[in-house]
Amino acid sequence: MQSLSKVWLFCALLLISSLASANNLTIEITRGSDQALPIGVVPFAGSNGMPEDIAQIVQDDLERSGYFDPLARSDMFEQPSQSEDVEFGTWRSLDVRYLVVGRAEQTEGGFELQFELMDISGQRRMVGETVTVRGNDLRGAAHYISDQIFEEITDIRGAFSTKIAYVTAQGVADNMQFGLYVADADGRRSEQVLTSDQPIMSPAWSPDGGKLAYVSFESGRPAIYIQNVATGQRVQATSFEGINGAPTWSPDGRRIAMSLSKDGQPEIYIMDIGSRSLERITNNNSIDTEPAWAPDGQRLLFTSDRSGGPQLYQYSLNGGEAERLTFTGNYNARGRYSPDGEQVFLIHRSSRGYQVARQDLSGDRLVILSETTRDESPSVAPNGTMVIFATQQGGNGVLSAVSADGRSSFRLPSAQGDVRDPAWSPFLN
Amino acid sequence: MQLKPLARSLVAVLSIVVIAGCSSTGGTQDGDSYGSQDGSTTGSSTAGTGTGSQYGSSTGSGSGSGSSQQADSRIPEVRTIYFDYDRDTIKNEYESVVMAHARYLRANPNAQVVLHGHTDERGTREYNMALGERRADAVARFLNIQGVSSSQMSVVSYGEERPAVNGQDESAYAQNRRVVFNY
Repeated sequence: MQSLSKVWLFCALLLISSLASANNLTIEITRGSDQALPIGVVPFAGSNGMPEDIAQIVQDDLERSGYFDPLARSDMFEQPSQSEDVEFGTWRSLDVRYLVVGRAEQTEGGFELQFELMDISGQRRMVGETVTVRGNDLRGAAHYISDQIFEEITDIRGAFSTKIAYVTAQGVADNMQFGLYVADADGRRSEQVLTSDQPIMSPAWSPDGGKLAYVSFESGRPAIYIQNVATGQRVQATSFEGINGAPTWSPDGRRIAMSLSKDGQPEIYIMDIGSRSLERITNNNSIDTEPAWAPDGQRLLFTSDRSGGPQLYQYSLNGGEAERLTFTGNYNARGRYSPDGEQVFLIHRSSRGYQVARQDLSGDRLVILSETTRDESPSVAPNGTMVIFATQQGGNGVLSAVSADGRSSFRLPSAQGDVRDPAWSPFLN
Repeated sequence: MQLKPLARSLVAVLSIVVIAGCSSTGGTQDGDSYGSQDGSTTGSSTAGTGTGSQYGSSTGSGSGSGSSQQADSRIPEVRTIYFDYDRDTIKNEYESVVMAHARYLRANPNAQVVLHGHTDERGTREYNMALGERRADAVARFLNIQGVSSSQMSVVSYGEERPAVNGQDESAYAQNRRVVFNY
């Protein structure tokens, strides 16, 4: 009886994973950092036959971050599963600085995982934990372990348990299909949130990670919707004449900045979500769009062509004139603040094309981060280490990510159609 | 920045409209605002050099209107016009297309047109929404100056979201920078 239910569970898992994989994005590391720390992640004892390879998920997470350079499994002479069994000399001879070992066990209601992180050069155990998994969420547990390891070594909070929202498109002209998806930060376990034969654009996470605001043309015109990610329930927040675009949440989650052209040309407005009242922020004859809210809640970043071409401006909600931030080149747009509010990531038109760039707010020096040249829609990880963006590969839209220092990058190609407009979620736990 | 040539063509068209006795109070303001923006920017494209001849072409379209009584009962067949990169200027070669739609709309006051503005894929999505709207707005103003009632027109920008063709070369880009008349 018990073995039968196990078979059932296994079949169900197979079905789920095959369904989900239809729109999964797979990671390709495109540039590794030369300063990445060598780490070994030993396969977890007892995990053979489990629906997920926990150590592999952890290893991929760490590699993708650009902070780590994992040792290939084939180079591991031995596979210890607990700290007492780790021979430091063996791993030192492999030039490994850190080692992750662990065990996995199936339990009544799920799984139990144990992991330990070792400092090989310091010959000590740094951290360890027993993780209880309810149901089959082994991937979630693996990302949690990655978060713990990452923070222990780098002192930066891990963002592996976060999500990304993105838009897919297929077809051309009047015959197109659009989808809004939410997936794990590694592109796996994607779930469709919305589908339409009209454009979907500009998804934006609420600060608590529970809702998405986005633009949908499903009524034949652009309108901003707010959707509860878990329940799918949604409301139409705006449907003014003209552009209803570029929604972005205030850090307190009570207001949404947006671009509306109801009075002529696109202007920045702030809507109070509770009362639906609007406050107009910009007022001129030029394009003002793509607002972003500073983490301190006191400033708005936006794109304006008031100087002739698109440039980034910063407006203090405490009053005063908008201040121009970018002066390099004649196209700087779609800015996003770093989580500390001290840098902006943006799209810069260079001599090569449209690229992801970074600029410190304290200066006006602009640093190009990406190597691709058809980049759009940068979105910053909540820990500030990576920027995900849309670009092109072989004529298809793909998501790509680059580290905030530009040293490492990876790509998330999709099996079918264009993928664009990524939005990295806030921390969810 | 891309308004310079249109300012001149609008003034040209406007004068014809005034001569023809059509009323267009809104159009005068449009022409003025175009002119003032024009002075503050520098042109970055060769498109501006062609505008001198637009006086001639708008005269030509005037002659077209005389023989169009019968044709005005049908929606004009050409419903897409194309734009130069980063511009919302209605090019000479498409003025006759817009004029034909103006005649149709004037002759059919119950007809409604939705002007869909599009851009190519380069640049950021929401900024391109704004550029697509500028193109459709430019056509709407042109129609308005031609005596088409504002109540017959509406504008929807699709930015780069609905390309006419896929592709990453100038030929694909050129086909995607467009305004489509939807009845």
